[in-house]
Formats: sequence, C-alpha cells, structure tokens
Amino acid sequence: MAKLRTRKHKVVLNRSAGGDAGIATLLVLMGAFMFLPMLYVVMQSLKPLDELWMFPPRFYVISPTLKNFGDLFKLMGDSWVPFSRYIFNTVFISILGTAGNLILSSLAAYALSKIKFPGRNWMFQMVVLSLMFHATVTGICNFITMSTLHWVDTYLAIIIPSWCTSLGLYLMKQFMESNITDAVLESARLDGSTEFNTFLTIAMPMVKPAWLTLIIYCFQGLWNTGASVYIQSEQLKTFNYAIGQILAGGIQRAGAGAASTVVMMLVPITVFVISQSNIIETMGSSGMKD
Amino acid sequence: MSQNTAAEVKRPVSRKDMTKWQWTMKEIKRNKTAYLMVAPFMILFFIFTVLPVGMSIVLSFTRFNLLEFPEFIFMDNYIRLFLDDDIFLIACQNTLVFAAITGPVSYLMSLFIAWFINELSPRIRAIVTLIFYAPSISGSVYLIWSVLFSGDSYGYVNAWLMELGFITAPVLWFQNAEYVMGLCIVVALWTSLGTSFLSFIAGLQGVDKSLYEAAAVDGIRNRWQELWYVTLPTMRPQLMFGAVMSITGSFGFGGVVTALAGFPSVDYAAHTIMHHLEDYGGQRFEVGYSSAIAVVLFAIMVGANMVIKKLLSKVGE
Repeated sequence: MAKLRTRKHKVVLNRSAGGDAGIATLLVLMGAFMFLPMLYVVMQSLKPLDELWMFPPRFYVISPTLKNFGDLFKLMGDSWVPFSRYIFNTVFISILGTAGNLILSSLAAYALSKIKFPGRNWMFQMVVLSLMFHATVTGICNFITMSTLHWVDTYLAIIIPSWCTSLGLYLMKQFMESNITDAVLESARLDGSTEFNTFLTIAMPMVKPAWLTLIIYCFQGLWNTGASVYIQSEQLKTFNYAIGQILAGGIQRAGAGAASTVVMMLVPITVFVISQSNIIETMGSSGMKD
Repeated sequence: MSQNTAAEVKRPVSRKDMTKWQWTMKEIKRNKTAYLMVAPFMILFFIFTVLPVGMSIVLSFTRFNLLEFPEFIFMDNYIRLFLDDDIFLIACQNTLVFAAITGPVSYLMSLFIAWFINELSPRIRAIVTLIFYAPSISGSVYLIWSVLFSGDSYGYVNAWLMELGFITAPVLWFQNAEYVMGLCIVVALWTSLGTSFLSFIAGLQGVDKSLYEAAAVDGIRNRWQELWYVTLPTMRPQLMFGAVMSITGSFGFGGVVTALAGFPSVDYAAHTIMHHLEDYGGQRFEVGYSSAIAVVLFAIMVGANMVIKKLLSKVGE
C-alpha cells in the first residue's frame, strides 16, 4: 500500500567523489542560511538585557537566562484583555476550523475519487485551478460576503472559510485515489454497506496519513492567524496578534519579543516533528497529472 | 439507494438506448449520496472562492464604494490602471521582478535540496528536512531578519560590516530604496521551502530504484544524466504540483514585505500589486477599481501557472 521505499543500502551507481563534495558544500551553505536565523531567535530569547544591547552585538549568548520568558508572562498578565483569552481564541479557532476542514474535505475527496458521478471532473478541475491563484484576489469580495452575512467581528468569519481549503481537498483526493483499491470498496458495496458507511469504516481508516497531513496543514494555518480584517473586538483577537503587539513594543521589549517568537514557533515545529513521516507519505501521491 | 451502485454496473438498459441527457439524469439520481457528500465542501468553495472571482470580474467594470449602488463604467478602471496610475506600473514591475526571482529560485532550491538529501539515511534526512522546512511554518519568525538587519549599529549586519570596515555609518536597510527589495526577496526565499519541498522529497523517495540500475546498464554515466533522464521524468507529476505551489506562493509574499518594509514602503520600492490592491480595496474603499487590480493579478497568476505547466511537460524529453 505504502508507495514509499526507504533505501536500505546506499546506491553506489554513478557517483563521483567530487560531486559528493560539491553537493555537501552547497548543502552546508544553504543549511546555514536557513538555520542560523532560527538559531539567532533562540539566542536572542536567552540573552539578558546587557547582552541584547551589547556593542558590538554578539551572535551567541554568554550567560543564558530564562528571564525574557518570565518578562513575557508578566507582560501577558498586564495586558488589557487577559492573555488567556487570546490563547483561547487561537485554540478555539484552530480546533473548530481543523475539525470542519477534515470532515468536509474527506467527504468530498472520497466522492470525487471513488464514486463516478456526472460533474466530478469539472468540480475537481475547479479546485485545481483555485490552487493557481493566491487568496489576496478573493479578499475584497469575501469581505463584502462576510458583511452581508453579518459575520464580521465573529469567529465565523475565520472558521467557516477555513473549512474549504483547496489544498486540503486536493491532497486528500490524490491520496485516496492511489491508496484505496476499488475492489475493497466494491465488495463492501456488494455486502450491502451504504456509501456513507463504506466511507467511514473502510476508506477513512486506510488514509490515516492524509488526515494527519490535513490536520497539520489546517492547524498550522489557523495557529498563525494574526490580525484579521474581519476581527475588530480586542476580545476576539488571536494569540499571534497579541504577540505582534508585544514585538511592536520596541526596544525595552526586545527580549520578551524574542521569547514570544520562540513560544509561537515551538508549536508548529513540534507538530511537524511528530507527523513528518505521515506528511511525506501523503505528499507521495500529491503529483499533478497534465 | 447506494448499494445499487455496484449492481447497476450491469445496466438493465444499455446506454445506447437513451439520449445523453436521460443517461446523465439517471446517473445523477443513482449517485445522490455522492452529491450529498461533495455538497458541503463545494457550496462553501463556491461562496468563498468561485463567487469572489466572478464578482471581481463584474465589479471591475463598475465604480463602487460599498455604499451607493455600483455604476457601470465599462473599461474605465482598466484604462485608469494602465494609463493613469504610475504607482500601479511600479507595483506591476516589482511584482514581476519579485515573482520571477522567488518563484524559480525557491522551486530550484526545493528541488535540489530534496535531491541532495535523498540519499542520506532516513534519520538524518528527517532532521535536515526539519531544518529547511521550519522557517516556512514558524509564522512571524521571519521578523528576526529585521533585527539582524536593524538600522542602528546594534543590528548584527551593520555592526559586522562596520567592524570589517566596509561601511562607516549604519545602513537603514529596510528604509533604503536600493536594498529593500533585495532583502525582502532574500527573506521570502528563506520562508519559501514549503509544500513543494515536501512534495519533491516524497517524489524522489517514490522513484523505483531498479530504474537507476537499468539506466546504469543503458549507459547513464553520472548523477546529472541520471537526474535528467530517470529521476525528473519519473517524478513529473510532483514537479507540476510543486510548480503550482511555488508560483502561487511567489505572488503571496505581500505580508512578509509589509511586515519588513512597512506600508507603503520607501519610494514604493517594494510596492507590489498585492499592496496596491490592499491600498485601494482595504483603505480607500474603491471596490470597483480594486476589483480591476484583483482581476489583473488573477490573470497574471493563472497565466504564469499555465505557461510553466506547458514548459514542464517537456522535462526529460
């Protein structure tokens, strides 16, 4: 079922030492470009005040301290809207948005990939086409839609659109197509299982990597929701927005700002570490046929 | 209802006996469950993705300020956009430069890094993948670049250049029209190893190893030939998908630019079509005009995708 092959032994074909060395050098250089800024954020968050404003500035921290994280929590306690509220908002939006996205995408992906009905091709073509433009295009008209529906300044404006991401549907549909054999479904149908039951009890357990991937993609997107044009009330704003406010506090908050960035990035990174192999497996069937 | 699906494969009435319309109607009735299953997603998808594109096209021919009823003015918005709006032309140029650099570079970076790490052991590959992928999922962590390139002498880059004697006074990196665009491109590239990168990793893993052995017998001599004649053609579907992701992404860095360079950026040096859209739609409420901008942006993005897809179908031929 799993199409991925892990290499048990190294391929020895057609490899030159010079090529290996060149590739290793390039990889180290690019790795440094990617990794050093991340490391710098962590370093900054551990620096005491005098090191943050040392001249000339240093990359590494000399006497690491967790004081910045303490300051961050103190700042959170002082804020006008209790900080727990921002965290609640983010968690609430992330969970409801992700759950809805998973349910709607899997249902639609199953029907599109495993049931032959008139219209399924152009429906999927539309979804593929929508992968080709960025959401900025739809922003203004969506604002009009939201205000017509009176959803502006409610959670709905963030949660409901997150239920129908084209990337989620696309990945799920491609994965189902290549990982669920039609024969299994046929025999279930012949046994008298309804289409919906077949979906729940046979198809869904077979595509676990795909739902994990969907959950992670959707969760990461929602977790990073910052200031949104739809939300004006302070009580409804998100954790990421509040972090932005701390960062905007400028010089005296440089330490707490770095600490907050570290807190913010820890969640998606941890989630990815746990689920990496599932995501890669899902991506195995992400290919687009021309 | 649905248990008929399989049984009716041996249709009692052959398709030839019906008109196409009758047959379609019959199929629709037979597959009611399927329509129920796609309905929730498709309805929302229609409301939040299809409808706005259609609405933008219609509104782009009108003058509309959200309060009064839209007034039909035909091509006036487009004429104003291309002939009267100098800033839009700057924005177009910046967007194209930005996308023409970040799109291909991030695509090639994703592809080559995925290729480089393909032969590492699974455990090491997982760690390296994390290092390269982490910046793209860590939200606003790219703001660290504004600390690194901070305009005072406490900025790491300034201090370093001053110590080495390249400059004598700190440079205001993000307030300097000469540097701001380049820096934003670097930061955008830094956050750009996303979905396409993972897709390439998976695609490379999925290439059947016996193909390489066969290719070696057929006289493929080095890894570059192997890449071009064996690996890339085999993973062409992933290359297509990755291209779509990279192209769409390369038009979506407006937020990064705003966060680093401010809005509007100095001398409009990093002003993109996304910013222009935001300016007219979100701040001046000229909905008709901003819809015209959105339509142009839409056409550029979809057009770029179509052209690249055509090009990619030639890989390995």
